[in-house]
Amino acid sequence: MKLIVAVIKPFKVDDVKTVLKERGIDGMTLTEAQGFGRQRGHTEVYRGAEYEVDFVPKIRIEVLTDDDRADEIVTAIVESAQTGTIGDGKVWVQHVESVIRVRTGERGTDAL
Amino acid sequence: MNTVDTLWVIVSAALVLFMTPGLALFYGGMVRSKNVLAVMMNNFAAMGVVTVLWIVVGATLAFGHDVGGGLIGDLSLSGLSHLGRSLPGFTAGGASPMAVLTFQLMFAIITAALISGGTTDRIKFPSFVVLISLWLFCVYIPLAHWVFSPEGWLATHGVLDFAGGTVVEINSGFSTLAIVLVLGRRRGWPGEAMVPHSVPLSLLGVGILWFGWFGFNAGSSLAMNSVAVSAFIATQAAAAAGLVGWLVFERITESYPTTLGAASGAVAGMVAITPCAGFVSPLAALIIGGLAGVVCALAVRLKFKLKYDDSLDVLGVHGVGGVLGMVMLGLFASRSINPAGRDGLMNGGGLHLIGSELMAVGVTIAMAFGVTFVLAKLVDMTMGLRVGPEEEFNGLDLSQHAESAYS
Repeated sequence: MKLIVAVIKPFKVDDVKTVLKERGIDGMTLTEAQGFGRQRGHTEVYRGAEYEVDFVPKIRIEVLTDDDRADEIVTAIVESAQTGTIGDGKVWVQHVESVIRVRTGERGTDAL
Repeated sequence: MNTVDTLWVIVSAALVLFMTPGLALFYGGMVRSKNVLAVMMNNFAAMGVVTVLWIVVGATLAFGHDVGGGLIGDLSLSGLSHLGRSLPGFTAGGASPMAVLTFQLMFAIITAALISGGTTDRIKFPSFVVLISLWLFCVYIPLAHWVFSPEGWLATHGVLDFAGGTVVEINSGFSTLAIVLVLGRRRGWPGEAMVPHSVPLSLLGVGILWFGWFGFNAGSSLAMNSVAVSAFIATQAAAAAGLVGWLVFERITESYPTTLGAASGAVAGMVAITPCAGFVSPLAALIIGGLAGVVCALAVRLKFKLKYDDSLDVLGVHGVGGVLGMVMLGLFASRSINPAGRDGLMNGGGLHLIGSELMAVGVTIAMAFGVTFVLAKLVDMTMGLRVGPEEEFNGLDLSQHAESAYS
């Protein structure tokens, strides 16, 4: 099993969710995050004093999946979250040792 | 006693009192969310402490029978008693003496509260209270006697100051400078971003200040007459022109007109018109306010060059705006607006009035800065002015008051 983590632009969340649902993925976790990569923050001005705000608001999406579908989901996220400008974010995939559904105690791919 | 004048003065007193919670919102919005309650508490503490001190002996020291050739009032009116038909030096038949002393109380409150804009984020609450109490007696009350009592030595020397360009504005600005020099900078300033946590709060605060300022300026005529009306429109004109002036300056120099800039400009305009209202025409008020918007927008940049941490620009807006207003009064004062005043340079009065105004500016700066510096040192050596580094990091709301503004 894999955990797919994507950090994307907040205004792309709906597009990504729609595409993933179309592909039959009906579960994900979403977190508001802040960070920076190559995209710089922005400047705010108060009474002539300029302040650099380094951290840019992002959304972090996490999707658990079985090994076969990981590539497909990654491609779907990348395509739907892409704008082609700096700051589109990153997607990475991690190996997951076990998953347990809390309600039933099912383990492994049954719990997905 | 004239009932209409008395009515106007007590209504104005209520308007001026309302400025202090307005100031608390203005300041509260500009600090970080961990220090909101602390700075607002400084303002509310001034409403409490200054009132108590004023009623017991403050009012009489400022407005009692003169002692020492214009230096200070005596104790004959202690507890606001034995007021008689008029206050010493005032002509009888106007507003009731009790109404005038109540109105003047509100001025003392907001001047003390203004100081908290420089000391935010690091001053110990008990030390702030002790310091403004000492300052009330050693700085504010003497200045109020000198300028506002007709028997005070600056008033008898022909100094014009309608509503407190010296006593309130220059005094608060330079007293704050003295205290922040003793107190030191906030940790991390100016490198670390200390961004206003709620500009909307500040905008509401300035709206309340603007509303209250009509009582502050127009009420200072102490009578319901054409001078009061003139002061009223001058206040509106200067606030508006200050707002526009600051925004135009921002648009040209930084390319963004900011909401905090608009609010600050309105305050700067009203600060500068404070000594002038009631002596100048509406057109002169527009010029004075507009100039104040630009000059104060420049002045708030000074602290980054000179490295003194006047956190919310009490010196840059009130100190500088007050000096500008006093100088402008020397130019634009007109006896056609107020027969009891004097003519400025532009109205054929020559340089005499500017001379008087500059002397008053010099005296006020020396008194406010000099005496307050000594008082701040005194409090620092005995009680300590400043909180510890950890308390400062966690915020004064928690460390001084065991509360959070937003939970």
